[in-house]
Amino acid sequence: MSTLPADRLTQVIREVRRDRVALVAFLTAGHPRMSTFRQDLTTVAEHADVVEIGVPFTDPLADGVTIQRSSMAALQQGVSLHWILDELAAMPRPRAPLVLMSYMNPLLAYGLAKLAEVAAQVGVCGFIVPDLPLEEGGEFEAALEPHGLALIRMVTPVTPPERLRKLCGNARGFVYAITMTGTTGKRVAAEAHDTMAQVGAYLDKVRALSPVPVCAGFGIRGPAQVQQLAPHADGVIVGSALVEALERGESAAALLDSLRGGAA
Amino acid sequence: MTGSLDTAAKAKLLRTLLDGGLPDANGRFGPFGGRYIPETLVPAFERLTEAVHTVLHEPSFQAELSAELTDWVGRPTALSPMRNLSRRWGAEIWFKREDLAHTGAHKINNALGQALLAKRMGATRVIAETGAGQHGVATAAACARVGLPCVVYMGEVDMARQAPNVGRMRLMGATVVPVVTGDRTLRAAIDEAFRDWVTDPAGTFYCLGSALGPHPYPYLVRELQAIIGREARAQMLAKTGHLPDCVIACVGGGSNAIGTFHAFLGDPSVEIIGVEAGGRGAALGDNAATLTTGRPGVLHGTYTLLLQDADGQIQETHSVSAGLDYPGVGPEHALLREIGRVHYTMAGDEEALALVQECSTYEGVLPAIETAHALVGARDYARAHPGKRILVGLSGRGDKDMPTLQTTLLAHDGVLS
Repeated sequence: MSTLPADRLTQVIREVRRDRVALVAFLTAGHPRMSTFRQDLTTVAEHADVVEIGVPFTDPLADGVTIQRSSMAALQQGVSLHWILDELAAMPRPRAPLVLMSYMNPLLAYGLAKLAEVAAQVGVCGFIVPDLPLEEGGEFEAALEPHGLALIRMVTPVTPPERLRKLCGNARGFVYAITMTGTTGKRVAAEAHDTMAQVGAYLDKVRALSPVPVCAGFGIRGPAQVQQLAPHADGVIVGSALVEALERGESAAALLDSLRGGAA
Repeated sequence: MTGSLDTAAKAKLLRTLLDGGLPDANGRFGPFGGRYIPETLVPAFERLTEAVHTVLHEPSFQAELSAELTDWVGRPTALSPMRNLSRRWGAEIWFKREDLAHTGAHKINNALGQALLAKRMGATRVIAETGAGQHGVATAAACARVGLPCVVYMGEVDMARQAPNVGRMRLMGATVVPVVTGDRTLRAAIDEAFRDWVTDPAGTFYCLGSALGPHPYPYLVRELQAIIGREARAQMLAKTGHLPDCVIACVGGGSNAIGTFHAFLGDPSVEIIGVEAGGRGAALGDNAATLTTGRPGVLHGTYTLLLQDADGQIQETHSVSAGLDYPGVGPEHALLREIGRVHYTMAGDEEALALVQECSTYEGVLPAIETAHALVGARDYARAHPGKRILVGLSGRGDKDMPTLQTTLLAHDGVLS
């Protein structure tokens, strides 16, 4: 136990980055089916470098239609944070490091101190909480700290410079750079040249400030986008596109490999 | 966290509240409130908070708001003695008549204030959510008045049961967007309004309709609605020479109640009661009685009492009144319950409908079904405390409820015995 979970996240992304941009893959736990979660997770973890597991919530207000739909489908089957942690405990530890994405309320209902302990035991390296800004994050961060887990900081194109410095300053694991204003799943403000240049400049700024790798997320759907973002990010996060592929019964491996190909 | 405060801590919180110290700098009402929002919205909330602090109490803004409240909204609204209900219930019943405010409910006080604030802030468009449609209508009207485009998110369940209000919003130039996700009522409409705002955080002003959501909304809405209680308190003293013994209002998100209660919080002799929607029963999912049966958690950006399951999933609610059909409640109400300053009860669908009938028949006032929940509380209090002076926040009129009333009260005879 030499490496803290948060540092493992950092190291894995840095190591991959030597050759290509890292691929962070998101799937909603238990979607499309609870019964295939372990298998889906194992596959995704073999074809991505980091896996973000979505804890479904009834009111995902930062998410677009795809993740709203996958969250509802998971909840209807009875997926809960308890179930997810039990599954992780029962299965072989996936190859790629894991982070949990959850809105705040399911975490509060579980209990923050107990959650940090159990999450560390089952191999989770960090948390992404889209409705927990810096100002409200102290209590959870304090609970995660003793277990070496990261509370992943999110930054956006509208984050003012001073706040960006503050957010990046003591970031752990990696920084989640939202590429656009809006919810998850929309096409990243197109491949329009000037827009891409803006996104690139913004990501370069975040990377200059961050002591940990910077992963770009929101609206990344195809190899072309990955290629465009690659010079400006340490990793790219693909969510809705993967959720939709799983929903259609398509191969997650094929999609992720095509994105990794685009990441060369 | 709820239930953990000792007596001294409760008394201290009440004193701080009365001294104007709540919400605190972090937007907290004691343990409740705060600001749980996506990072994309942080700059927008900082701009809004800054504007609330600099503009809201600034004399020229207050003068503009006050003139519009008088000339366009029709304030002050009347304080009416209800002689027939007083006789029937054996107590002295007074209504603070927000049903007489322009657009038919208290919602206009807040919508007008926020629309004027949006204009000052240079917003290019206003968005709003609505449940019963009253906040949507009020926002559409206020935006028409100040000259800003308006988009209203409304659950499709609510669009069906409040159809007249959908037409009113459209006539006043608003775009009404049906929400088909989630529970397709108020809660899903708020989710959708946030999603819209995340897409254009710089130009859009979100006109939130109740005293809930992330800081500074609970404060902003309370300040804009507090005129109800201030007027009522002065009118009551002018007409009777006394304060009421009891003040009663219905509570969904809680904006009319917080507006009615606030001026009376510092009057120890005044008992204050909030009435929630008891729906069709006590089971989770059968009511919207958050303060009576909820547990603390985070929804729509604020830490407050919620109707949720053991896993923190928000539960669908039931109430015959769209305006009370919400699984959370404003954080200030959560505090007032916690420190014991306000007592919260509930009234069921059938009782509320019976009071719509009774109030209409005996006083010639058709109350909103939401408002009728407060009337249930008033009747019960009157029967338990004969002769007492009771002020009811008559939050809105029932014209919008005609589709529901056609299939309930008007579908069969003999509701009154």
